[in-house]
Amino acid sequence: MNRTQIVDAVYDACVEVLKVDRSILTETTSFAEDLDADSLALVEVVMELEEAFDLRIPEDELEGVSTVGAAADIVARHVEAAA
Amino acid sequence: MADVHLRHDGRPRVVITGIGAVTPAGTSVAETVATVTDGRSCASPITTWDTEGHAVTFAAQVADFDPDPIVGPREARRVDRVSQLGLVAAEEALKQAGLTADDGQPAGDIDRSRVAVVVGTGVGGILTLEDQIETRVTKGVHRVGPLLIPMMMSNATAGLIALRHGFHGAALSVATACASGTNSIGEAADMIRAGRVDVVVAGGSEAAITPTAMAAFARMAALSTRNDDPSAASRPFDRDRDGFVMGEGAGIVVLESAEHAARRGATVLGEVAGYASTCDAHHITAPQPEGEGAIASMLGALADANLDPDQIGHVNAHGTSTPLNDAAESGATVKVFGPAGPPVTSTKGSTGHLVGAAGAVEAVIALQAATTGIIPPVANLVDPDVDDRLDLVMGQPRSVAVAPALSNSFGFGGHNASLVLIPAGWSA
Repeated sequence: MNRTQIVDAVYDACVEVLKVDRSILTETTSFAEDLDADSLALVEVVMELEEAFDLRIPEDELEGVSTVGAAADIVARHVEAAA
Repeated sequence: MADVHLRHDGRPRVVITGIGAVTPAGTSVAETVATVTDGRSCASPITTWDTEGHAVTFAAQVADFDPDPIVGPREARRVDRVSQLGLVAAEEALKQAGLTADDGQPAGDIDRSRVAVVVGTGVGGILTLEDQIETRVTKGVHRVGPLLIPMMMSNATAGLIALRHGFHGAALSVATACASGTNSIGEAADMIRAGRVDVVVAGGSEAAITPTAMAAFARMAALSTRNDDPSAASRPFDRDRDGFVMGEGAGIVVLESAEHAARRGATVLGEVAGYASTCDAHHITAPQPEGEGAIASMLGALADANLDPDQIGHVNAHGTSTPLNDAAESGATVKVFGPAGPPVTSTKGSTGHLVGAAGAVEAVIALQAATTGIIPPVANLVDPDVDDRLDLVMGQPRSVAVAPALSNSFGFGGHNASLVLIPAGWSA
């Protein structure tokens, strides 16, 4: 599992949950400012990723996650830990 | 000279300036009224989930409903169907009232802090609740989503309508089971009469055609089991009726003080002239057999409207197609109106029973019928077995003089609610 695959999965989750155009997404895209996503939407995005990678990411780890890249970092950490 | 904007009791008159409906009979008021006036039944086999093993396998569904044009694809994902239906019906009503523009933006020069929302439901977002319980059981507790609560809560539709349109008055949900829509409109009218707000977006919404809800209603023996012929299943007042047909949908009206409507030049469609509500306090689900609470509700609404029974042009009955309701309601209606009462219809033969939305949708249909003088027939009614003094509209629509309508709803819990609606242009 490399980082590109994980970032791709975050993009997929954003498209599914937030119904945004995939082409606008980068690692610096802000959930709140660029995608108008609230905290509930962020939880939903992360749940999509938990499902995709069969992970469990505790809610308190989402605090401070504001960008697509930061979400990918958390997933990468958990994927690594599970490996 | 009497102030034309005040009632007989000196309080503000409450007029209707917009109506909206999304029902099994159509995704607008016009479509719904046309289907109901044709007496066409809208029940069909359930296709959205596996009905294998179910005692009842059909319902009156809102087919091909697409919330996206109004609600938007992202928002639709986080809003239960019950609220999607309510939002779309509210949009139709608010556009007609001139309070929302064609593009969904606010319109009309009004004080949005004096606009309330009262939208009832029987059970709220039960589709989401069932789905999430299944998720928890099959996938584990960590897969339960963060949107379950805001999607299932009974007040979601009222809150979402207020949110979308920027209405800052009270936003409430009235839950009186199958009387919710009627109670919502009545309580909303009272808020305007009390002077607390100028405008109320009022009605009901329901989307409870779920595997567990259908199994439970079937267990109560409340539902028709005519699985082999769904379109003949909802047959209010007919000898062969065997229960109600579960429906879904939403009905919304925009209520406004007459003075407020006149000041902004709104087109008045009619008036909520009378409202009353009682409770049987008899049994949690069975109606009081003599219909005492229903009689008191109807008489109360007539008194509130300051009208005599013979001034009513037609009755839109609760008429669920259950053996108990239709027997009790027919007797109660004859007691209120006497042996030569007005024509009576139940539009549930066509739409099925929309539970918490029923009363609101029926208020819309009754207002249209009162306005045009064309009373829809009771679909599927061929052999009435209720009090034969009840003048049921059978087979074809009935033409009557333009006149006020009375609409009844009764709900599990013993709730009775009645509205008297006066069409624009009618005077005593």
